[in-house]
Amino acid sequence: MLEVFIFATLNGLVTGLLLFMLASGLTLIFSMMGVLNFAHASFYMLGAYFAYSISLYFGFWSGLIFAPIIVGVLGALVERYGLRRVHQQGHVAELVFTFGLAFLIEEAVQFFWGADTKNYQSPDLLDFPLFTLFGQEFPAYRGFMIGISVAIFIGLYYVLTKSRIGIIIQAAITHPHTVSNLGHNVPLIFMGVFGVGSALAGVAGVIAGPVLTTFPGMAVVLGSIVFVIVVIGGLGSLAGAFIASILIGLLQSYAIASNLGMPDLLNLLGLEFGRDHPLTDLWTLTLPQIAPILPFLLLVLVLIFRPTGLMGKREQ
Amino acid sequence: MALVKKSALWIAYLLALLSLPQFFDSVLAISIFNQMAIAIVFALSYNMLLGQGGMLSFGHAVYFGLGGFLAVHALIMIEFETVYFSIIWIPLVGGFIGLLAALFIGTFSTHKAGTVFAMISLGIGELIAASSLIFVSFFGGEAGVSGDRTFGPPFFGVEWFQNVEIYYLAVAWVFIATLFMYLFTQTPAGKMANAVRDNPERAEFIGYSARRVRYITFCAAGLFAGVAGGLFALNYEFITEENLNAATSGRVLLSAYIGGLGYFIGPIVGAVILTLMNSLLSNYSDLWMLYLGIMFLLTVLFLPRGFAGFIMMHQVAWIRGTMKQLIVPYLLSGIPAVVFVMSSIALIELSHTEDAEFYYLGLTFDSNGAMDFGLIALVAIGALVCVRKSLPQLKAAWESANEVIDETGESES
Repeated sequence: MLEVFIFATLNGLVTGLLLFMLASGLTLIFSMMGVLNFAHASFYMLGAYFAYSISLYFGFWSGLIFAPIIVGVLGALVERYGLRRVHQQGHVAELVFTFGLAFLIEEAVQFFWGADTKNYQSPDLLDFPLFTLFGQEFPAYRGFMIGISVAIFIGLYYVLTKSRIGIIIQAAITHPHTVSNLGHNVPLIFMGVFGVGSALAGVAGVIAGPVLTTFPGMAVVLGSIVFVIVVIGGLGSLAGAFIASILIGLLQSYAIASNLGMPDLLNLLGLEFGRDHPLTDLWTLTLPQIAPILPFLLLVLVLIFRPTGLMGKREQ
Repeated sequence: MALVKKSALWIAYLLALLSLPQFFDSVLAISIFNQMAIAIVFALSYNMLLGQGGMLSFGHAVYFGLGGFLAVHALIMIEFETVYFSIIWIPLVGGFIGLLAALFIGTFSTHKAGTVFAMISLGIGELIAASSLIFVSFFGGEAGVSGDRTFGPPFFGVEWFQNVEIYYLAVAWVFIATLFMYLFTQTPAGKMANAVRDNPERAEFIGYSARRVRYITFCAAGLFAGVAGGLFALNYEFITEENLNAATSGRVLLSAYIGGLGYFIGPIVGAVILTLMNSLLSNYSDLWMLYLGIMFLLTVLFLPRGFAGFIMMHQVAWIRGTMKQLIVPYLLSGIPAVVFVMSSIALIELSHTEDAEFYYLGLTFDSNGAMDFGLIALVAIGALVCVRKSLPQLKAAWESANEVIDETGESES
């Protein structure tokens, strides 16, 4: 039991940190421009695909460096020539634009790389067990994933709170006009933040690609969950996004690892239903089965009972 | 007078729907018309939500799908003689279920419009789509459930063996649904939905509960989405999880947006365009979804009010009789634009095809030759340059066509 718990925690942590890498960029972009970027997970997918193509010629490590840069530039271009144009038409148009972009990127990925799963491998350098616990091995690559995510967050936190650029960005979020009057180029800051946010998603894609498989549906799989996290954490709150990411990562991991379900509950209550009961699907439900829908259940509950999310500010 | 004019329009619409199979009577055409009928009702109900009520939904397929599933179950019940009624009422069953689902979900999702509503609709959509794979006995898992529409009492001797019979039934329902949705836009509730969309605060100040207005619109949209689901069940006699998941929700958003939000006729145009692309273009190219995505993004960027909005833009010029000023500039920009689009498509297809030879517009190209590739690219670039050169002219013509109106408008008032 303990070994299951420890490994579920570790895996949940890996997923949670990965999710936060996406959610942090999405939150930053949201708090700046007030738009939830539907295409954010598509940049994550592009990161994985670019890294795959680069790794074929120059190896994994070049991919880790160059793929996020390409994705970041693409993101900046999307902001400059797409979002900025749609911005005048309001939030709904922006949301619809990013939705269309996500749709287009998925099709474009199938056009350039094909619809099949790509054999994107983790580097041989990290192909060893980091440690062995209760006879189970914990791969070094997962440790590397934890390490790189933590390093990025510390860097991001440092830049945002301590550096001059970070202070200007924070000011531009709350007082764009004042910052503009002080002589800073606010649209350029927006473009930069959008680019860096996309690049962060790209990094997540590069390191998640080998573990979660690189295929054209990978954006859809993760995209809606990242949305859920940003909303549960409270729109625009980085701390909330962090808590929600870890929460969802652990929740899903525990649900998959456990073997509890309705039969156990019914046993506990001393009830029993025949196999041919009309609600037999309900009585035989198990936790691993419902693991994929838990985030959405949580989302709906949070939105009903606490629409501002865990750490969100009061709505004006 | 206005009433006569409007009634004439509706009668023309009905006649057009009824006479379509007289001109196109192939099996393929009828099946496309049936798809169009379903898509039109679904897109109109979506427009009710987004165009009229300002609620952006990413989970509208839930009501379509639930209505469809219950409709198929109703077909099965008719087959096993649990219930006894003619299948012409099946869309009503679907509509009823769509309404029930909306009545329940609307109680907590219509508090706010905008991003919050969009997120709740996304969450509910994912939740129901995922649950549908878990509750196999009702939703049938990945295979879905299927029924048979030929049981039950015949309707004036019609036993629904042929698709064309279903087409006439669908026309009846499409006409009724379109009419009721149009009438809804004319009711006080429909007008208030517009007011709440544009400025909920002011609507509240004159004494309307924004939430309640949204709730009513939401339920009406759910009802008609369910009717569309019922029509789907009748046409295909089966339904799967795919019909209530995010992809279907996304498609209806695309068709409503491409057609033009805010105009009643917009979603009809969009539904027709999307169905045609889906059923005809997919025969020629497996990249049609890519083209759809590009078309959608271009619409959002350059035609925010869709195709219907583009046509309506010319209303003033039409009334003032300045349209002829625009014809030449339109041709000057339009012809190179079409050439550019066609040659871009040729480039995309040429780089994608696996055959050695590639046929396009009656021409044969060598898929491996750099020569053909460069030639098409040259045509595309040339066309693009022409478009860019002619655009200022078009803009000037457009402005002059509208300038005249402003002056005369001022002198009249």
